[in-house]
Amino acid sequence: MAVVAMKPYVGVPRDVVANFNGMQLVYASWDHHLLFASSLMMCLPPQMKFREFVEGPLTVLLQPDPDAGKIEWNKVQWLKSDQAFTPDFEASLKDNGIVHKALLRFKTPGLNSLLKQGA
Amino acid sequence: MDAKVNRKKLGLKEKYKLLTRDLGWEPSYHAKEKIFPYATYEGIKIHDWDKWEDPFRLTMDSYWKYQAEKERKFYAIIDAHAQNNGHLNLTDARYLSALKIFLQAISPGEYAASKGFARVGREFPGVGTQVACQMQAIDEIRHAQTQIHAMSNYNRFYNGFHAFAQQRDRIWYTSVARSFFDDAMSAGPFEFMIAIGFSFEYVLTNLLFVPFMSGAAYNGDMATVTFGFSAQSDEARHMTLGLECIKFMLEQDPANLPIIQSWIDKWFWRGFRLLGLVGTMMDYMLPKRVMSWREAWDIYGVANGTALFKDLARYGIRPPKSWDDAEAGIDHMSHQFMLGFYQWSFGTCFHSWIPSDEDMAWLAEKYPKSFNQYYLPRWQHIKKLAEAGTPFKNFGVAKLCQTCQLPTVFTEPDEASLLCHREGDYKGEKYHYCSDHCKEIFDNEPEKYIQSWLPLPQLFQAPNFGDIGAWMAWVDLKDGIDNGDYVGSQDEANFQAWRGLATSNSNAQAQGEQ
Repeated sequence: MAVVAMKPYVGVPRDVVANFNGMQLVYASWDHHLLFASSLMMCLPPQMKFREFVEGPLTVLLQPDPDAGKIEWNKVQWLKSDQAFTPDFEASLKDNGIVHKALLRFKTPGLNSLLKQGA
Repeated sequence: MDAKVNRKKLGLKEKYKLLTRDLGWEPSYHAKEKIFPYATYEGIKIHDWDKWEDPFRLTMDSYWKYQAEKERKFYAIIDAHAQNNGHLNLTDARYLSALKIFLQAISPGEYAASKGFARVGREFPGVGTQVACQMQAIDEIRHAQTQIHAMSNYNRFYNGFHAFAQQRDRIWYTSVARSFFDDAMSAGPFEFMIAIGFSFEYVLTNLLFVPFMSGAAYNGDMATVTFGFSAQSDEARHMTLGLECIKFMLEQDPANLPIIQSWIDKWFWRGFRLLGLVGTMMDYMLPKRVMSWREAWDIYGVANGTALFKDLARYGIRPPKSWDDAEAGIDHMSHQFMLGFYQWSFGTCFHSWIPSDEDMAWLAEKYPKSFNQYYLPRWQHIKKLAEAGTPFKNFGVAKLCQTCQLPTVFTEPDEASLLCHREGDYKGEKYHYCSDHCKEIFDNEPEKYIQSWLPLPQLFQAPNFGDIGAWMAWVDLKDGIDNGDYVGSQDEANFQAWRGLATSNSNAQAQGEQ
């Protein structure tokens, strides 16, 4: 049973994409870069190109990290919902299959200024 | 004139029987199941409610007398505290951040517990249970009130106390405590008892109250200490009720065991997540520290918990299955929370700050396995950013756990350099969790948790649509006054100026406003 109840019971999800005025949520997380305490939440238009997303809101949010300037975006390894993912930088978020509340993780091997050696 | 008749006074036992068990009438024109419709749907089988033992044998008339006496003492001390400017005896006004979090997140939880116990007192068919729940319902509402009264004196002088009732519903971090109690209150009466009566009051309450009250005493907060003393005898009764309840349920029917075990697994983890806030207070927010969160956990969590679950093993109960992950998280959680509070402090109705060098040396000593390796480099970088005039603010607001509603700040149990990401799909929607255990709680009752009101996704929906200024007005947070770094705040300036006036001959004027 999907909930312990006395009779059939159906819940209403609170964060469906229809509530966001044409926008959607995207989460991004930079692996092994914990200056950012949690994944970064952004509210973006699904038509936004992946390149605009990376060079715009994502780059702005990453600034405080000492490694931010050293990211080579063409070498970054991406994960979408834990699966390896090769984004098309010229296509939109939507056409890249980035749905509402999707989590994008990215790895930059070799960059980890704020981790002590041996970590 | 009539001669006075000497009535024999009732003996305690007799009075107890009349005022409790004799109230359990047998219905004659309604079916018992119709009067108590919520008693069976959770699957718990009770064969004989009379087997319920009341460990305190307290009757309502003695309850009122006893509590009224405590209340008189409590308010006498609170009055004296207010009249003597007790707030100037604090070690430092930084301490007040802990109180603000407590008032915004925990005191409303006392009120929720009151509503919950009033409800389950009505829903349980057994009269012994009804009376015990009724008393606890009154205790909890007294606790909410006395906490609010104890802290109201600080509201006259310091920022951030003014809108706790509204913030309980609207600001982001309070939804952690709110959802905890909402989850329990929307469960059946037996699960509520395991959630609040057993897991929270029995297993975890010492981790909340003992460190909190010692912290208050160490830091000169007599108002909160007085509340603590007043509540202490109630807490002993609540703990006994929780333990009695679980033993009663286990003894009534062997089929109850797996249901109760799954509730213990769930509610230990939910409580543990919630109490991480106390760890942050102990490790970072007390100017004069009592002990580290790690030390408190070793005493009140490990030692007490091990003894308890050893005792319950004869019923077939095992320790909560998240126990090992909890243990692994202890060396990290307070640091993860404080780093979060600092970078999102534009949205908190309390102050945070960068720990001093002395603080960091203490943290390194108390957390030899984690602090220098993982957290010191981050704090040092944050300090550098602040010194350069570009203090770190993270406007990428946090991803929240669908179940516990905390920002997903936790790392993998076996890899402290990697955030723990868990996600799932349900009916075509994506959901995120902070841990395997929160995901499992969701997966057991998805129709319940898809309704979670997650404050940060809500920020981008009606009525604020991502406008931070509008959101601040909506949560009654005054930018530049209630939020941000303690260093440079009005609270800091006022406390120093007033304390200067109280302890020296300086004519320095209070710089801030009241």
